[in-house]
Amino acid sequence: MRKAELIFAAILAAFSIYLMYMSQIPPLQIGWVPKKGPGSGAAPFWLSAGMLICAIWIFWRGWRGVTPQGRSTEPFMDAYTTKMVFVTVGSIFAMLLATHFIGAYAAMFLFLIFYVGIFGKISWPTTIFVSIAIPVFIFFLFESGMKILLPKGWSEPLFIPLYKMFVY
Amino acid sequence: MELLSHLIDGFGIAFQPFNLGMMALGCLLGLFMGAMPGLGSVNGVAILLPITFFVPPTAAIIFLAAIYYGAMYGGAISSIMLGIPGASTAVATTFDGRPMAMQGKADFALVAAAVASFVGGTISVILFTLFAPPLADFALRFGPQETFALMVLAFATFVGLGGDDIPKTIFMILFGLVLSTVGLDNISGRPRLIFFDLQGFYKGISFIVLAIGIYGIGEMLWTLETSRGKVEIASNRFTFSRLGAALRELKSSWKTMSFSSLLGYFVGVLPAAGATPAALMAYGLTKSFSDHPEKYGKGEISGVAAPEAANNAASTGSMLPMMTLGIPGSPTTAILLGGMVIWGLTPGPMLFIEQSEFVWGLTASLYAANFVTLIMNLALIPLFVWVLRMPFMVLAPLIFVLCFVGSFAPDTRMFDPWLVLLFGFVGYVMRKLDYPLAPLVLAIVLGPLAEDSFRQSLISDQGEWTGFFTRPLSGTIMLFAVLLFVAPLLKGLSRKKKKAAAAK
Repeated sequence: MRKAELIFAAILAAFSIYLMYMSQIPPLQIGWVPKKGPGSGAAPFWLSAGMLICAIWIFWRGWRGVTPQGRSTEPFMDAYTTKMVFVTVGSIFAMLLATHFIGAYAAMFLFLIFYVGIFGKISWPTTIFVSIAIPVFIFFLFESGMKILLPKGWSEPLFIPLYKMFVY
Repeated sequence: MELLSHLIDGFGIAFQPFNLGMMALGCLLGLFMGAMPGLGSVNGVAILLPITFFVPPTAAIIFLAAIYYGAMYGGAISSIMLGIPGASTAVATTFDGRPMAMQGKADFALVAAAVASFVGGTISVILFTLFAPPLADFALRFGPQETFALMVLAFATFVGLGGDDIPKTIFMILFGLVLSTVGLDNISGRPRLIFFDLQGFYKGISFIVLAIGIYGIGEMLWTLETSRGKVEIASNRFTFSRLGAALRELKSSWKTMSFSSLLGYFVGVLPAAGATPAALMAYGLTKSFSDHPEKYGKGEISGVAAPEAANNAASTGSMLPMMTLGIPGSPTTAILLGGMVIWGLTPGPMLFIEQSEFVWGLTASLYAANFVTLIMNLALIPLFVWVLRMPFMVLAPLIFVLCFVGSFAPDTRMFDPWLVLLFGFVGYVMRKLDYPLAPLVLAIVLGPLAEDSFRQSLISDQGEWTGFFTRPLSGTIMLFAVLLFVAPLLKGLSRKKKKAAAAK
């Protein structure tokens, strides 16, 4: 945990410097502009400078072991957590990526089949029920009820008859 | 008298069939959200806010306020039945609620929680009705200097009273403020912080995206880690005769409930405090003043009633500064405030003049929602217990899918779900390392207003920043803010001195 605390504080410090750099790229100004007040870059620049000071402060406190994380000898993530976090984040990532190609509903279906059935080891009848029921519920709530069309990708032609029946 | 006529008009609005339906639906969803481990009012409101963009603002706020209320009631259900608080606001409920459940008195604890929530909710709504109009009248005198000073005060309370690591709290406030500057500058129209030249950043980062990311994805990851996907539900039976017996036992706690409601309301008004510290304080004080403090933690009914009355009262309390001053009192009200801006309303004193229908419709709906939630809560206890048996590995992906769709809906662009995933992961890491998340959400919501009022003040005072301190109202508010910023530093120094003296 100590290592994570220090590395994360260092990342935040570097990110703050990057934000400061981004805030002063012309035409953004970080100082006083006559008759116009503070420049457009002033707020993000000086706030990021404050973030940098805080990140150094956090690093310093972690280094000296003032914070519980700075003293902790426990690992940041054990084997279970590492697997759980990476599978979860990875599968959501895959769902979003797949949405661009096969559309939201097919991506959701595949995500649920994987997460509930394969990763969650829930029985297959429940998995299949959940994987179909949730996208159907979302279709009726968003598309039919609120007229918000989710991306369909290659699966668009399959939805045209449904639009006629339930959406328009 | 004027107050009463406004309230009667408000009931007329709240009882319109559509608004009533939205309120009942909100109460039900809130109860469900609150009852689920790892989900609370803030998650519920964040995930479901996009749905409200398609209904009139009054119905939308009634719906969201009902979710807020329902979640406060529902939080007790998982605290008692699973021993896992539905949200941090229900942590104190586990202290005596879980032991009661293990003794076979889960129904008594659930009834105590529901009735105490009702008492807390009702007392706090009455206080809200009485305090809101005069505070809004007073706030009409505010100029941009006072508005900015109030923002500083809101942030200062997180530093002074939040109880979290100070540099991490300040970092999160600043981070939220920087995120709020992404996109086109309101005054000059120039683009700022367009990372990697991605077009999506020109529209800025919506607070909804941040809130869904950290409270939807991030919290779920945290709950999956801490619960390891397994929870054990207490067995129990629910009958009418036992309901009567529970109400008789609860009679002795009416003083506790009244006191906790008042305490909860006033703690809830403070921006950094909110329902969690209110519930913990109410529990601690009730135990301290009890004739039998040794019974607490072993299944004492007042130990359930006190935090539940306080957390419900605090939720209404936190709406007072949101509605009258435009300063949210909790992360949930920060999201509500952001929603109001999207609906085209400006939270603050003018709301009471320009949108009195909205204000009084909401106020009246709080009275009604309180009653509806009590009835639903008691009637549906067996259903919630059944739902709680749902495996976590089914609930979690359901939430992930809702986060995806909920973040896509407002602007119908895929850029936002990607940002949600990024914020979710970063939020989870930050939570693990003890970075407080509430100041981040508050800052991104208040950021645009804070920057605009700061720049307007400086322009009107020709670059002279002393205006914040020399105007009587803003000067007083700033003084309080400075005291709150400095207080923890002074406390730390005196602790160091004491340690050094003890070592000598």
